[in-house]
Amino acid sequence: MDQIIDQGSPTAELRTASKIRKSRWFRRDYQLYFLLILPIVYFILFKYVPMYGTAIAFQDYNLFKGISGSEWVGFENFTQLFAMSQFYQVVRNTLLLNLLDLLFSFPAPILLALLLNELRVVWFKKTAQTLLYLPHFISWIIIGGLVYQIFSNKGGLLNNLITSLGFEAVPFLTEKNHWLFVYLGTGIWQSAGWGTIIYLAALTGINRELYEAADVDGAGRLKKMRHITLPGIRSTIVVMLIMQLGHIMTIGFERPFVMGNTLVMDYSEVISTFVYKAGLQSAQFSLATAMGLFQALVGLIFVVGANTIAKRMGEQGIY
Amino acid sequence: MTNVTATATRRKLSRVRPSDIAIMAVIGVAMLICLIPFLHIVAVSLSTKDAILSDRVTIWPQGWDWHAYEVVFSDSRMLRSMGLTIFLTVSFTIISMIMSICAAYPLTKERLKGRSFFMLIIVFTMFFSGGIIPDYLLIKQLGLLDSLWSLILPGMISAFNLIILRTFFSSIPESLEESAHLDGSSHIGTLIRIVLPLSMPVLATLSLFYAVSRWNGFMDALFYITNSELYPIQLKLYQVVMNSMVTDLTAQEGASQAELLPEGIKAASIMFATVPILLVYPWLQRYFVSGVMIGAVKG
Repeated sequence: MDQIIDQGSPTAELRTASKIRKSRWFRRDYQLYFLLILPIVYFILFKYVPMYGTAIAFQDYNLFKGISGSEWVGFENFTQLFAMSQFYQVVRNTLLLNLLDLLFSFPAPILLALLLNELRVVWFKKTAQTLLYLPHFISWIIIGGLVYQIFSNKGGLLNNLITSLGFEAVPFLTEKNHWLFVYLGTGIWQSAGWGTIIYLAALTGINRELYEAADVDGAGRLKKMRHITLPGIRSTIVVMLIMQLGHIMTIGFERPFVMGNTLVMDYSEVISTFVYKAGLQSAQFSLATAMGLFQALVGLIFVVGANTIAKRMGEQGIY
Repeated sequence: MTNVTATATRRKLSRVRPSDIAIMAVIGVAMLICLIPFLHIVAVSLSTKDAILSDRVTIWPQGWDWHAYEVVFSDSRMLRSMGLTIFLTVSFTIISMIMSICAAYPLTKERLKGRSFFMLIIVFTMFFSGGIIPDYLLIKQLGLLDSLWSLILPGMISAFNLIILRTFFSSIPESLEESAHLDGSSHIGTLIRIVLPLSMPVLATLSLFYAVSRWNGFMDALFYITNSELYPIQLKLYQVVMNSMVTDLTAQEGASQAELLPEGIKAASIMFATVPILLVYPWLQRYFVSGVMIGAVKG
């Protein structure tokens, strides 16, 4: 403090004072910044450096020359990509599979949560939740194995049943339209139970008095569901819907990779598997990166768009 | 609750309505659908070869034959891969939890300068990413291909889990932390002595999420690991079981079946990789605090 007075000039005084303030917040919080160092380094190195790495989508990338040494080619990779018939196929398939999931896999946990919420026998509800959550914790490789064991036309459980009843075996995994059903059903099987957790959490937030009031008014079970329960989880549904809409162009790698096979490629080849095959198996790094960047940008537009619409509708949105 | 409504509720509870039965029936069917694939695979893994080949196995073993498990357990590469995956999962979970805690705690402090900037950096990665190829090239440049670090470092922090943790930390009353500060405790001391002990359920839940994601994940291993000595169990399973299944499915009729694995061994291998999850799952399931999840969506 003595120093400030000694310095005389008022601006210098202010500057030193602000310096002291600065050092005070830093002295107070330096441990917090210390904790943040490694995580921030992680995000920069493993998330932002690859974003910079998408620059190779605009290059004729050469593995040995690196990003700095490779030749810039503008939008050539994109022109080449848009000229490929395979491009339209994988984009269509990505949208198709995601749209099916949106139509069927999205409502499934909501229905299941509404039903679970109506269960009043505690042990039954607990057992049901334990079993229904389980598939979420099983890897896609194992699910793939289970799917083959059940749906294969050679010795699969379901086809054994069908043939023993005197019908023809159904080509569940080798004919593309049947395959779509299996793909969709497997997704529901894997995610519907676990998906309920978020809606069940939202359901606990509903005021019990509403139900009691409805009981007094003589409302039946369905009426209560429609007028109390559903409105109570409406904002959660909207948030989940935005997230899913935002990801309509983005598809995970593991599920289509494991479930697809050469006979159903017409539907099973999606953006992520295409990027893998073009980039890592055929070393067309620039082309595959262009595909990935295209997907990421369109995905970002969808997220922002869905969020804006939700906010216009008076919902909370995700950011 | 007043006496009248209490009796009313009790009366309502004791009366089982037809709609209750219907709902239990629907949920019961859903439970069976979840369970049957596992029962079937267990049944196949324990049945005799003849029973499997004549398609007699449904959800109960036909004959009782441990042979398939003997084969799996005597396969040293399978055991090695399992040991490696356990080691990998444990290290990944510990490192991920430490890093997530380090990131989440400072970000709960509203007065922290640059907080919203840090949050922005983190949240943005949930909506935009470089993609498979730039990730791969980075790992290659860092010299991590064919190293177990490539399966630990790139996925070390999940932004989603980080936000769940931050939301939970924020819900701990500030006054508790302040009184610790008055007693001369540092930030890190407060975190370790006050915040973490109060966060056990969420720490358990997130550890489970991290552990399961590492146990089940195989995409990164498929991309980054070419040395089959370093294959985690899922990739091993893919190589051993799925390839054989897909070949079987898509092969022309009459093609050579010589290299195909017997069904029983495929099933036993699948069980081998699933049992560890089934073992820890019931213990950890009670920690799925539903409140934990709702914070995540709103976060």
